Amino acid sequence: MRDRFLAGTYSVLILAVVSYTMNSMLNDYHLTVIEFLGIYVILAVSLSLTNSFTGLFSLGHPAFMAIGAYISAILTFPPMRKAIMMPALPHFLANVQLPFYLALIIGGMVAALSAFVIGFPVLRLRGHYLAVATIGFMIIVQVLITNMNSITRGPLGINGIYPYTNIWWVYIWVVVTIYTVWRVLNSKFGRAMLAIREDEIAAESLGISLTYFKLLPLVLGAFFAGVAGGLWAHLVTAITPSSFSLPLAFLLVVMLVIGGKSITGAVIGALLIGVVSELLRPLEMATQMYGLTQIVTAIGLLVILIKRPGGIAGNKELDLVALYRGLRILR
Amino acid sequence: MSFLSLGYVLQQIVNGFILGSIYSLVAIGFSMIFSIIGLINFSHGDILMLGAFSALAFIAALHGSIWVVFGMVGIVGFLIGIVIERVAFRPIRSAPQVTGFITSLAVSSLIENLGILLLTAQPRSFNIPDYLNKLLSFGSVSFRMIDAIIVILSTVIVITLYLYTKHTRIGMAMRATAQNIDASKLMGINVNRVIMIAFAIGSALAAIAGLMWGAKFGQISPLMGFLPGLKAFVAAVIGGIRDIRGAVLGGYVLGFSEVLFVGLLPPDMSGYRDAFVFTLLIVILLIKPEGMLGREEEVIK
Repeated sequence: MRDRFLAGTYSVLILAVVSYTMNSMLNDYHLTVIEFLGIYVILAVSLSLTNSFTGLFSLGHPAFMAIGAYISAILTFPPMRKAIMMPALPHFLANVQLPFYLALIIGGMVAALSAFVIGFPVLRLRGHYLAVATIGFMIIVQVLITNMNSITRGPLGINGIYPYTNIWWVYIWVVVTIYTVWRVLNSKFGRAMLAIREDEIAAESLGISLTYFKLLPLVLGAFFAGVAGGLWAHLVTAITPSSFSLPLAFLLVVMLVIGGKSITGAVIGALLIGVVSELLRPLEMATQMYGLTQIVTAIGLLVILIKRPGGIAGNKELDLVALYRGLRILR
Repeated sequence: MSFLSLGYVLQQIVNGFILGSIYSLVAIGFSMIFSIIGLINFSHGDILMLGAFSALAFIAALHGSIWVVFGMVGIVGFLIGIVIERVAFRPIRSAPQVTGFITSLAVSSLIENLGILLLTAQPRSFNIPDYLNKLLSFGSVSFRMIDAIIVILSTVIVITLYLYTKHTRIGMAMRATAQNIDASKLMGINVNRVIMIAFAIGSALAAIAGLMWGAKFGQISPLMGFLPGLKAFVAAVIGGIRDIRGAVLGGYVLGFSEVLFVGLLPPDMSGYRDAFVFTLLIVILLIKPEGMLGREEEVIK
């Protein structure tokens, strides 16, 4: 128990020192890339709750991100500009300007609420039907945002969002996300989710409520997706409805498939895909070969699916406690 | 023309027929592949896109009759279907169903981005020979020559295909494999061949639908396949995905309801058309997940 606490504390401290060092040494571009990587990690780890651990194949993450991004952007926007840009905002939204952390949490909570509402009907469906229903949900959200011109500025999107997001905000949320998911997985909730993944009927016959334990990972995942959407919005400072669509959902799925079915796998997948696409982007620009990144990712995915279907990490987790004990013995 | 006059409604019904014919052809491919190997082939819409672009090339190169172009596009789709099945889907066939779905996402992304790379993402106009644009009028209803061809051709294709699966040896093998793949193997059916043919025929129909789509809307781009593909899947689910007849019925139902949604509601609602289609999908999945013609089965837990 004590070891577990110490291992966790040390990991967070190391992450903090690394973040601090990077914050003071790297230039703005590299810092932005590091922040993007953190957001990818939040997204991949939160998506793994449904897709890796409960066996529910959801593609709806971009929809939850969009909800979180728009809500938090509207909440942090100065009221004077809101009056001009979004005339139809309801009164209670038009006159508020909330601190960043509160806007993020509210954005996440609204995303979670939408997951709850959509989850009830959709979670009764099996595997691939669920996947298509969540794509449908994504398109519904996108159409609503595009058409509610006087609130969301439609296809133009919202720009001039204040760039609150920095490396601290991102990596605090990375730690919160990983810790929460890890705690959930190592509780009765996590065991119920794994049971559902392995065999729904057996799980149900053991008294596990399918509705409850399928809704839980979807809603929790949506919360963190909403937060990540908010971080994203305040990092790139401009959002449009098309920022949150199928290519993004596909990228997140690729991260999980390449990484493997564990938290470690999700983190590895997110970092790998993030780094590869950052490396390829300049090449894409230089050679004018647009679409190259997606082609490489798609081929990589096909190869992994055929040759190593379990992903890089498989089911294995990086055991921080064992690592800590090992290092202590060495000393 | 007054809103909601008889002529207006008739015109909308004709439009629904045209759109429904195209959805039906695409939906058949979904249905054939799904009923045999339980795969939702997400890249199906992108084959529609490939069909549209090859049609544009054939129209420019051949200057020939539109029927020749239809035939060539069908052959192109047929071959693409065989290649995709061989390269991407056969190696993972024994894997869980979700793997197949992810694979089809990868194939879709691959095709779309190769399209962007080679053809640029810029939409281009899809010009058809002038005689096909000639307007035919019957009373207050009017449509173009090509619209009539779309409806007639897809009806002929659907009937031929239905007879083909009903009466030929390979068609019967197809239905047997759809019912029980293991038993079919034991009966000496070459399952690999059946699956390959299902992919080939489905893709040929999608490619032909791509030509129709381009001719109807006049514009094509490498990303055009996504929405029609997804909507055709919705159509197949509405009608009953396990049966070709269900897919066709669903295609027409979706075509009609989409056109009526846009045509009969106030104009500022028309932006919500796609949201309507997918809400319809979720509602159908809730109240009758096996579709209009389907029997109850393993859709829900």
